[in-house]
Amino acid sequence: MNWQWFHRLGSPRWFYEKTSRWSPWVGTLALITMAVGVMWGLGFAPEDSKQGNSYRIIFIHVPAAFLALAGYYVMAIAGAVGLIWRMKLSFMVMKCAAPIGAVLTFISLVTGAVWGKPTWGTWWVWDARITSMLILFFLYLGVIALQGAYQSRDLSNKSSAILSLVGMINIPIIYKSVDWWFTLHQPATLKFTGPSSIDPSMAYPLLIMIFGFYCLYAWLLMMWTRLEILEQEQKTNWVKELLLTGSIKNSA
Amino acid sequence: MSTLKTNLDQHIDPSNKIPEISLMQGFWAVLKRDVITAFRQRSDMINPVVFFLMVVTMMPLGISPESKSLSFLAPGLLWVIALLATLLSLDSLFRSDYEDGSLEQVILSPQSLYFMVIAKVLSHWLTTGLPLTFVAPLLGVLLALPAEGYLPLLASLLLGTVTLSLVGAIGAALTVSLRKGGLLLSLIIMPLYVPVLIFGASCVRMAVEGFPIGGLLAILGAFCAVAIVLAPLAIAGALRMSVEA
Repeated sequence: MNWQWFHRLGSPRWFYEKTSRWSPWVGTLALITMAVGVMWGLGFAPEDSKQGNSYRIIFIHVPAAFLALAGYYVMAIAGAVGLIWRMKLSFMVMKCAAPIGAVLTFISLVTGAVWGKPTWGTWWVWDARITSMLILFFLYLGVIALQGAYQSRDLSNKSSAILSLVGMINIPIIYKSVDWWFTLHQPATLKFTGPSSIDPSMAYPLLIMIFGFYCLYAWLLMMWTRLEILEQEQKTNWVKELLLTGSIKNSA
Repeated sequence: MSTLKTNLDQHIDPSNKIPEISLMQGFWAVLKRDVITAFRQRSDMINPVVFFLMVVTMMPLGISPESKSLSFLAPGLLWVIALLATLLSLDSLFRSDYEDGSLEQVILSPQSLYFMVIAKVLSHWLTTGLPLTFVAPLLGVLLALPAEGYLPLLASLLLGTVTLSLVGAIGAALTVSLRKGGLLLSLIIMPLYVPVLIFGASCVRMAVEGFPIGGLLAILGAFCAVAIVLAPLAIAGALRMSVEA
């Protein structure tokens, strides 16, 4: 089998050139879908019979929580690819995924608290899912702290890759234990198998928002990785050429 | 010619060769050495237990000396403090071996690093987790733990501290090359301790409230089994990385 395409994926230069073409499209797609989702969700979706208008925060809260969790897996898998195939690019992706994921986790915690105030009458409840999200936030902080602790880039990459892999194995165990420990939260409303307990008029804008958040995440990750590439490869000729002339003559 | 041959034979005499060491011999050698060095340097062994005792003493002072409120909090408090004591002991797990170069020798040795790591963590558990487990019932008396809680406390700590040592050793291996790894080590490891804490503390609480605890102990045992299989992989990888740099 020809593995050339796979190894080319690991070249920062190739990634940089491809993403210069892709990123505007992904960014526009994210903007459009999120604009549609926000307008539909906040303006046109019907009011909830019990929670009134306060339920509308799910259009931000749920997608952010989805991506917070998926982001950890993106980070851990990028770390694993880096450890196994020694790909510089995938370590860069891992490094950039950590702060994005941490911010998304934080957003989902804050929006959850804002929703909890009118619904439960308190900002913070020690409920299973909130607690798991908080622990996920701590896991992200641990990876970021470990990355910052090393002088050598190689050590920093490898150690945070190992830590995020350990975290990845632990996340389902943590979720199940915390779930068992206590639950006040309403059961999951959006199910892919079987009928979901959310009305289609609310589910469609939510699905659009989730898709929009995925695009936003991809776009952010791309842009951060591009920045990281420029910083780490600043001594190479192609980056010098790019920064001096604004374009690269011989494309990879 | 014949004298030369005999000379050569003497030089490559099989009895002069470095003896072949089997995996089990290597395992026991590492375990024995680590336990002996721990006993010779007793502070690493005694400090976590003293820390455990001191923090437990702080609790009645900070909360209330009433036995009613203490006995309600005791299961959780004992578990949380035992967890913190384990965290504090972790930083020295590979530190001195890393500094004097013996860790490098263990990595270079022909024996599988996976098993050597298990021996090292086992010796850490024997010298910190096990003493903590046996001191815990005594501290339960100080915190007015109801009588039904003692045996479950002992059993849950016995199983739980093995997992704590194994998972914590991952953090110790990751931070061993950093000069100030102590606080960072706690930060990266504490979230991973959540499941053990939940099931360990619930085990004691359930026993106090009169529920069966067999299932909870089984889950703690399962955590322990998974940790024994998987954690040494991560520890060995992290140690190789730390020593190579």
